[in-house]
Amino acid sequence: MAGAGHGHPLHLAGTSPVHRLPAEVKIVAAFLGVVCVVLTPREAFPVFGGYLVLLAAIWVVAGIPPGWMVRRSVIEAPFVVLAVLLPLTGGGPHVEWLGLQLSEPGLLGAWNIIVKGTLGVLTSLTLAATTSLRDLLLGLQRLHAPALVVTIVTLMLRYVDVIAAEGRRMRLARISRGHDPRFLWQAGATARGVGSLFVRSYERGERVHLAMLSRGWTGAMPRLSETPTTRRDWVAGLAPVAVALGLAVTGWVTA
Amino acid sequence: MVGDTVLAMHMSDGLVNGPTAGAFGLIAVLGLVLAGVRARSDLDDRTAPMAGLVTAFVFAVQMINFPILPGASGHLLGGALVAILVGPWVGSLCIAIVLCVQALLFADGGLTALGTNIVNMALVGVFVGYAVAVALRPLARRSRAGLVATAFVAAFVNTVVASLAFVLEYAIGGAGGASLGTVFTLMIGLHVLIGIGEGVITAATVGAVASVRPDLVHLLRGTAPPLQLRRAGDTGVTESRATEGNPS
Repeated sequence: MAGAGHGHPLHLAGTSPVHRLPAEVKIVAAFLGVVCVVLTPREAFPVFGGYLVLLAAIWVVAGIPPGWMVRRSVIEAPFVVLAVLLPLTGGGPHVEWLGLQLSEPGLLGAWNIIVKGTLGVLTSLTLAATTSLRDLLLGLQRLHAPALVVTIVTLMLRYVDVIAAEGRRMRLARISRGHDPRFLWQAGATARGVGSLFVRSYERGERVHLAMLSRGWTGAMPRLSETPTTRRDWVAGLAPVAVALGLAVTGWVTA
Repeated sequence: MVGDTVLAMHMSDGLVNGPTAGAFGLIAVLGLVLAGVRARSDLDDRTAPMAGLVTAFVFAVQMINFPILPGASGHLLGGALVAILVGPWVGSLCIAIVLCVQALLFADGGLTALGTNIVNMALVGVFVGYAVAVALRPLARRSRAGLVATAFVAAFVNTVVASLAFVLEYAIGGAGGASLGTVFTLMIGLHVLIGIGEGVITAATVGAVASVRPDLVHLLRGTAPPLQLRRAGDTGVTESRATEGNPS
């Protein structure tokens, strides 16, 4: 967005066919793909491998290094870390593994959360890596998201920068007045200043909003190119979804 | 014991089964359509930046996870904060947008769990927080301390009730394999603690906004004393000063 840079930390600029696909196609495809993953029965183990191969194929086309993807997928860690406990606490028939009594339903439950959560995160990351914020907003607009929603999203993304910058300024001010922030102890000062951070950001944000209005912003993202989304784009974008659907059906039949 | 999905409030894909996720997705869509219709009249030139800012702010504070027990952490929900600052209709849209952006862009919370997440945090959380705040409005209008106390209580109740909504969803279609009793105890226990943190931050933010720009607090709308025309030679400087902060 305007202001601090044009990308977000999860965006990997590129010109691959995946990058060039219209954003609305990618949003729909990512959503349908995850729906397929979630509806797959958890006992269909090979099918989940199939999903991973499918995603890897998309990464190859998009030119995203797998390592880049894996590093960012640690965002998921807090979600799944406790799933490790499920096999130890669940009831039902137990299996022995390395001298540990593991519950079978617990193991399946943990597997379910981890594998579906991971595939979901990887899909969202693929969408984020290949789509800039601007395109994402345009995609939402073309999917006929209500104008009100587009307005709030645009302002929100703009104001994330405002808040971050205001927070940096307040931190600088504290340091220059003799505050000595260490790792965790910054948190206390930041928490106490949260109210004034909000008011200061609002007052700056109000000016930003007026500046946007005076430059002709009407609440919608202006379209810079008039290339319409063709049927070919949709076919190309939905092809991986068709593969995912095939995998899901295989899962239902075999499990 | 279940995954941190539960403890961090956000649910990920695969925690509840498909039909449950679908049903709550439908409820979420219906609720948001209603909110969108009602919010249109609430949003003008002054409140639009407020809605954007409050959304960005909730987005930022939801990133702060505070550890509660070893291995478990929870985050702020922001429901009561937006309800008090921009009203429940715009507020639930704001929270829903935060959840959507997190799911689409930052892969935080599952795409198919969006429906349940929106029902918990954007609909149940915001409206419960608003109901509490409205019930305590006489107290909030009396003094600054009253407003701060109202914000604290509303945020606390919002957090605990939103966690109860999660337990309900888990009871209907949980796919995690943990017993309902365990989930219930964990959720309530943890969210009482999160609720206190949420209450403190909500109270601090609302208090700061109310002391500088009371006209921006949705809950206090209509309480500003009417502007009075005064002529030179009139006394009563203190009274005119009292209206200064309230241009509405």
